[in-house]
Amino acid sequence: MARVGVVTFPGSLDDHDALRAVRLSGAEAVPLWHGSDSVQGVDAIILPGGFSYGDYLRCGAISALSPVMGTVIDAANKGMPVLGICNGFQILCEAKLLEGAMIRNAGQQFICRDERLRVETRDTVWSCGFSKGEEITIVLKNGEGNYQASPETLRRLEGNDQVVFRYLDNPNGSANDIAGITNERGNVVGLMPHPEHCVEELTGPSLDGRRFFESVLGFLSSRV
Amino acid sequence: MPKPEILDPQGKAVTGALQRLGFRGMQVRQGKRFEIEVEGEVTPEVLAQIGQAAEKLLANTVIEAFEVEADGAGQHAAAVEG
Repeated sequence: MARVGVVTFPGSLDDHDALRAVRLSGAEAVPLWHGSDSVQGVDAIILPGGFSYGDYLRCGAISALSPVMGTVIDAANKGMPVLGICNGFQILCEAKLLEGAMIRNAGQQFICRDERLRVETRDTVWSCGFSKGEEITIVLKNGEGNYQASPETLRRLEGNDQVVFRYLDNPNGSANDIAGITNERGNVVGLMPHPEHCVEELTGPSLDGRRFFESVLGFLSSRV
Repeated sequence: MPKPEILDPQGKAVTGALQRLGFRGMQVRQGKRFEIEVEGEVTPEVLAQIGQAAEKLLANTVIEAFEVEADGAGQHAAAVEG
């Protein structure tokens, strides 16, 4: 059975939702701890949402320097699937595993709503179970989700097919309507919306989140 | 400070509030200031080290620009404005 780790940082909020989503997808969920440099031999890693270190300095900046992240960065550079959700996306950007940065939402508001997204590429380990161009619903909840990058970086991301998810109705001013991106290799993905909250009919507006987890499990089983 | 080309939602909100108070013709951009106490004097080497600290952690150069300066108030302090 594939083992998927979820890192808990001080101030993580959605680690247990992510662990639950992993279990529902049929994988073994492995809790990981920010202060340990071990990832316990997992096959994939999720950095969950929340407000790690109280968003001090900048969202994700201090978590990016935690002991576990040294191991995550090494593993990601060797091809380990890594998914950063919301604060996890911010941590991946601060750790330079993904390009760009998040600033405060253009309207200054904390936004909590269902968000329509378009899947722009299935060439990543976390989106290979979708179809290109497919429209999905994933919930969004953040105050600093406004994705920004230099014009050269944006051109490169677009040219390399590294924009994975785009907002249909941009809620926060993100450049090019970007909701999620990947690295060049396609094993590291970050997005602001929360797939782990969209895995059960009782609590989510859709079941589209399940397919992120099914994607990575499909990838892992085909590799073995 | 947020780079000039980066939208500054906080600065925009503050600009709007100033206009409501009757202050005209003021465009605000909001940043951060770090005051750093160092052991010994603030030499050019120390300032260069602080510049590295700013580059690595205190500022995110994707969205922020920073300046490092020795603080006139004391010999042992330096400030970084990010």
